[in-house]
This record gives sequence, structure tokens and C-alpha cells, in this order.
Amino acid sequence: MKRLGVFICHCGVNIAGTVDVKSVAEKIGKIEDVAHSTDYIYMCSEPGQQIVREAIRDQGLDGVVVACCSPSMHENTFRKAVKSQGMNPYLCEIANIREQCSWVHQKEKEEATRKAEEIIQATLEKVRRNEQLEAIAVAINRRVLVIGGGIAGITASLDLAEGGYEVILLEREAALGGHMAQLSRTFPDLDPAFNGLLSKTLEVEGHPKIQLYCYSELEEVKGYVGNFELVIRKKATSVAGEKCTGCGVCIENCPVEYVSEFERGMGMRKAIDLLYPSSVPNKPVIDREHCRHFIDGTCHRCEEVCPEKAIHFEQEDERILDKVGAIVVATGYDLYPKEQLGEYGYGEIPDVIDGLAFERMLSPDGPTKGKILRPSDRKVPKEMVFIQCVASRDPDRYMPYCSRICCMYTAKHAKIYKEQVPDGQPYIFYMDIRSDCKGYEEFLQKTIEEKGLLYLRGRVSRVFQDDGRVRILGVDTLTGKMVEVAADMVVLATAIVPSHGVKDLAAKLRATVDRHGFLTEAHIKLYPVESSTKGIYLAGCGQSPKDISDTVSQASATASKIQALLSTDKLLQDPLIAFVDEGICSGCGICVEICPYEAREMDPRHGISIVHSALCQGCGACIASCPNNACELRNTSANQVFRILDTFV
Amino acid sequence: MRIAIKREEIKLETLTSVGKVASSFLEEAKKKSGENLGLCYQCLKCTAGCPTAPYMDIRPNNIIRMIQMGMKKEVLGSSAIWFCVYCQTCGTRCPNEIHIGVLMDALREMAMEEGIPAKEKNIHLFHEAFIQSVRRGGRAHEVTMLMEYILKSKDLMKDSLLPGVKLFLKGKFPLLPSFIKGRGEIKKIFEKCTKK
Repeated sequence: MKRLGVFICHCGVNIAGTVDVKSVAEKIGKIEDVAHSTDYIYMCSEPGQQIVREAIRDQGLDGVVVACCSPSMHENTFRKAVKSQGMNPYLCEIANIREQCSWVHQKEKEEATRKAEEIIQATLEKVRRNEQLEAIAVAINRRVLVIGGGIAGITASLDLAEGGYEVILLEREAALGGHMAQLSRTFPDLDPAFNGLLSKTLEVEGHPKIQLYCYSELEEVKGYVGNFELVIRKKATSVAGEKCTGCGVCIENCPVEYVSEFERGMGMRKAIDLLYPSSVPNKPVIDREHCRHFIDGTCHRCEEVCPEKAIHFEQEDERILDKVGAIVVATGYDLYPKEQLGEYGYGEIPDVIDGLAFERMLSPDGPTKGKILRPSDRKVPKEMVFIQCVASRDPDRYMPYCSRICCMYTAKHAKIYKEQVPDGQPYIFYMDIRSDCKGYEEFLQKTIEEKGLLYLRGRVSRVFQDDGRVRILGVDTLTGKMVEVAADMVVLATAIVPSHGVKDLAAKLRATVDRHGFLTEAHIKLYPVESSTKGIYLAGCGQSPKDISDTVSQASATASKIQALLSTDKLLQDPLIAFVDEGICSGCGICVEICPYEAREMDPRHGISIVHSALCQGCGACIASCPNNACELRNTSANQVFRILDTFV
Repeated sequence: MRIAIKREEIKLETLTSVGKVASSFLEEAKKKSGENLGLCYQCLKCTAGCPTAPYMDIRPNNIIRMIQMGMKKEVLGSSAIWFCVYCQTCGTRCPNEIHIGVLMDALREMAMEEGIPAKEKNIHLFHEAFIQSVRRGGRAHEVTMLMEYILKSKDLMKDSLLPGVKLFLKGKFPLLPSFIKGRGEIKKIFEKCTKK
């Protein structure tokens, strides 16, 4: 017979205020195999843990139940305590009599006491049949993949590389920078965004620990934390990177021009071009959809003029295989598609543009060389309207969340506009102004004061073209008046949405996304940079809308977490996973289909299903689906579950 | 694309022209009062604490907003600007240091300059009686001040009679005025202020 110990915590008055802990300890103590039953005011405190340790030593216990709060709080605490006395930590279980009993039955004290007893008895049933288990040690690959070459990916890569870890940085576009490369100046310091970014991108390019793959995408991922196997697809640029000097002669000579997405439709680019001037890497890429050589084979201009003979039309996509131990997903954002914003005249009225387009307009290297000129006739707009919360905070038709950056960049836009056009009048339609970071509120108030901005509180109802101007109908709730503005140009602060293709990527990584496509974190407060899939970390707007300062902080946090993860040679994993009774398994393969972690596989030699212990997360899906009851979960066997149920019914 | 909207039904202010008027009235009020009215973010602390706000046709926070929007006629023609008793609760509490009492004073002056009559009957006379009382003794003396007001306005202030008696019985209404020491300086201040 086992010798079990039961330790009941008062949790101050949290448990003892409802459950009669003394009588529970007494009753449980009378059970035959319970050698020791006691209570204490705070079992998790050092003296409380000492009671547990002494009892194990003095009473020779071989199983422990601690009746206290949720196992997510202190399971680890007590497992460590029992381990220090030489007991296998998996022989210690938590009976949750706080969240699942005292807190929910504060008015029914007698019943709560009875329920607490039952919960402890059920947990005793489990402990009686628990096996002694050892943590699973997994070898670890100490390299890191960073997906996304915006400011988040760049920061994470540099931090990791500085920490001595090898990094593979993957960028879908032809150059690093992400959306930050499109910005003019940052708030609240009004520093030129590009200069700050350029110093970082150059650092990445020259860093010996960073392997940079631009114009590349992740095609396939296999494996698990510590051991991910990657297939990277490096798209053909048609330019031999090692030969190209970035002289730009090809770009000058290319006869094909098309509308540039980078310039938000306001500028043109060539069929062979850089993503933007002085990009990193500073090597052009041929867009095969637009290049005449690829369309009808009529043009070879770039090949003819290239002094280095670097144009390779026949270049093909490359598949690169690699291995890493951890992955940072820094996929960033897109703006809400303009096709769906008809109510703001967006896409229909040329002088209605979005925030990023205005950023390009304000950028010295942008389509207007930094001058504010309205797209329709290139006149300086004298009346400007900025509309906030376009497609944000509208659960019915658009996105329910706040995009977080629009309030500040709109104030910045209006400030820069007023500096450039001192006799112009900016009007800003808003619902609330959210300026919640360091220096933001001060920036905003100072801007309003100095620049005489007129904020109108209310959403606009209608934006339409009238006599060469854009008319905006709305209301100002602060005066209760309907207002109408005839503006020369309108800038929409459109919602941030996850970058296109994130859902597919998340599926490959087995990471989860929310209903809008933002990657979900393991815990919004306590594990905000970890995905619920181990080894996958999140940085930047792919997780939720955020500004550059928050993005950089989060990226550094992922780097720091990963450095901690990779600081050991072996990774210890919980052994509470599935196992297969080889004598029963018929090899039907249902478990292989159902496993969300790809932890189940058929063993072709024996015709049965096996468990990859490093991949299994112990979710139990295979156990529930097995028609022969051949799968079981360690320390949660069917026998244990039935015994537990028996105590309750 | 044009839309069908009945403009008679909802009165639309066209801000294009108002924009310029807005900034000019705002600038005028800012200059006259010396208060930085652009800073107001409508927290409503002023109105929440104002003892006369419940009787005003436009609340103090709305007065500032309407100035920002250039609604000169409505602001200067309101009774609110005359109801303000300059207790300074608003200015003391305002997070942006806007002294609405000072602003209200400036607005009253602007209204008088523009020849806009006060919406409240006799309110000029009340203000006048107060100022005269201060002029005489350096501080207000309620009894003589009210006598002067009643004589000039023929308003017997019947509804104020009972509270007045109560205050008198508590000794809050001394019969004889007491004068301050520096009446000479007060005289000089008045001379300087009335000199155009």
C-alpha cells in the first residue's frame, strides 16, 4: 500500500473562508493509505513548502496531493519541492479547491466543504496510479529563422546575431525595410524614418552571423521546437547577385514602366528596378510579369547594357534546405484594401488617399519629392481633411479593433502639412484620440496648440466629388452641429490588417491566428511574444497593430526569449504525452490524421502508429479518436479517469 | 456623384468659409483674453464644477468649442457669458490652465464692443452695481450694491428675499460698508482702466 500525503492550503481566507479546511484535513486523514494530512495558511510559502518536504522525509511518503489553487499557479512549485526530497515530481498532483471550489461557492459553505473533499479524493485516485516519469530531453539546433525583414525582423535578427546566434532572415520583397521604408518621419520625434532604418539594414547586410534571403519565402516547415527543418524558396531575380554592382544602368535603360505598389499607386517603376532607391540589398530585380523579355521575348535592353553581364534571364527559383531551433514570425501588416472603402470615395476619387500614400508624398524620395500635391492636378491643397478610424472600431462592417497608430500619425501628418502649407487649414474627423505612449500626448497637445488644428468629433457620413473638390459631410458632436467641408484632398487613416498570406504561413508553422488573421500569443499578459506552438515567437504587427517603438521592444523581447531557450544543449519537455499499446494498435491511422502537431506517424515496418515524443503536446485528440483504446496519455490513463469519475458520481 | 440631401432640414455649416472665420474669432478671443483656447480637449472639468452652469444656455466647455468653430454670433449673444460670476472654479481646476472666467470677461467686452445686447434683462445693471461698489470701497458691499441695483432696475428680487434675510441674520450682510486701506490705489486702477 502506498503512503500518501495531503496538504491543504487556506490561501489566507480565499479557501479557508469558504471551505472548512480543518474538517477536510481530518476526514481525508482517515483514509487508509493517507499517511499524512494537514493544513496550513499558505502552502506555497517557504514554511509551507518546508511542511511538505519534512512530511516526505519523516513519513516516507510516495505520493503527494496539494489542495490549493490552480495547477497553472503552483504545480511547478510543489513538484520542485518533492523532487528535492528524492521523490519523482510526477507523483505530486494539485487538487484545485480554489478556482474550482471556494471561489465559485462562496455562499454554500457546507457544500463547498463536501466538494473540496471529493476533489481531493479524486486527485488521490489519480496519484495512486501515477507512474514515475522523466522529462524528455531533446537535442537542440542553435540557429534561428526570422520571417519578415521589416523593423521587427531586423531588430530581432540583429539582437540574436549580436548574442552570437546564427540567424536566417527571410524577406518576401526584393529588399529589407518593410513598411518603415515607406515612411517619411516618425512620431513623436519627427526623425526621418529612412535614415534610422538604413543604418539598421546596412548592419544586417554586413553581419557575419546573419544569412539574408530577400525575394524569398518559406515553403515548408517540419519538426518542432529545437529542431525545425525548413524549405526556403528563393525566387529568381534574373540578376546574378554576386556580379551586380548596383550601378543602375539597367534601370535607366529599361523601357517598361508600370504603377508602383511601393509608391501606393502614385509613382512608376521599371520592369527591372530596386524596391526603392538605396535599398538593401542594392540590387535590382526583374519583375517577370511586366518584363517584355518574359512576356513576348522582344526586349533584351538590360542584358545589353549591363557592364557586368549580370542579367541572367534563365535564372530559376532555388530551393534551400536548412535547420533551425526557433522561429520569429515578424510578418507585419497591410492597410485595409481600398476596394472595400467605397463609402469614403476611396479608389473612385483621385484626391482621396490613404495614410501610407501620404507618407510617400511626404518622403523626399517619394513620387512628389516630399511636396504635398494633390494627385488629380498636382495643386497644393489649401483645405485638407484627415479621417481617423476608417475601417477600425467598426465591428459590424469592418474591423472591431483599434489600429493604434492612426491617431498619432494623423496628428503628425497635419503638423507636417501645416508646416509646408502655413495658410492651409487641416480638419481632422475623429472618434477619440488615443495617445498612450511616452511623449505622445505632449506631442499631440503641442501640435494642436501650435498648428491650430481643428479636430471635429464624429465619423463622416459621406465623401463625394463636387466641382473639383471633395465634399465631406459629418457632424461635430461637441457643438452638436452638422458640418460640411469642401476639401482639396482627403487622407484616410485606414485600418491595419495582417499582411497577406499570413494564414497560410501560420498553417505551415502550426501557429494559430485569430479571426482577423493576427497571430495569437500563448497568453496575452504573461506570454505575449510566444506563440502557443513551442519554438515560434511573435514580433510586430503580425501579432497586433502597434507602432515602431512597441514593435522594436517586442522584437527584442523575442530575441531575448530565444537566447534563453537556446542557451542549453538539451531541451527538457514534459513527459505527459501519448503512448501506444503496441499489442492493441491495429494501424488504422486515424490518430495520424487527427493529430494537430504532426506527432503521430505510421511505422511501416510494424504496421502500427507511433508517437514522436518531442512533438506531442499531450492534447489527447488521438486518445479520444482511437477506436481500439490503444492510445493512452501518461498519468491520465482511462483507468485513472474512470476512478476519478467514480468519486464524483 | 451628387447626393440628394434636403439642406433646409438639416442646417449645414460649410466649414470651408467658416474655417477662416473660425480661426479669426479664435485668434481674437485668444488675444483679448490671453487664454490659450486651442488647448481645450473637452474634459468638461469646468462645466462639472461651475455653480452657474445649470442656468446657462451654453455650458462653459461648449463656449470654448464654439469659439474654436468660429461661432461668434452664438457665443457673444449667449446668456452664458453674462451668467458667469467669475468664481474661478473652472480656471483653478482646468488641466490646461484656461481661465474661463477671464475669457468670459473678454467675451462680455467683445459683445459690448460689437453692440450685441445681453440676453439677460438688467444683467448690465447688476455688473455695473458690483463694479461701482468695488470702486467706492475697494471691496463689494452687498447691501449698498443691491440697493443701487434695485433702484436702477426696479427689480425687487423677490425670489432672493428669503435667502437674503437668512444671510443677514447670520451676519453675512453688514449694514455699514467697510473700506480697504488702499482706496487711493483702487481709484488709480479705475482711472487707468476707464481711460481709453
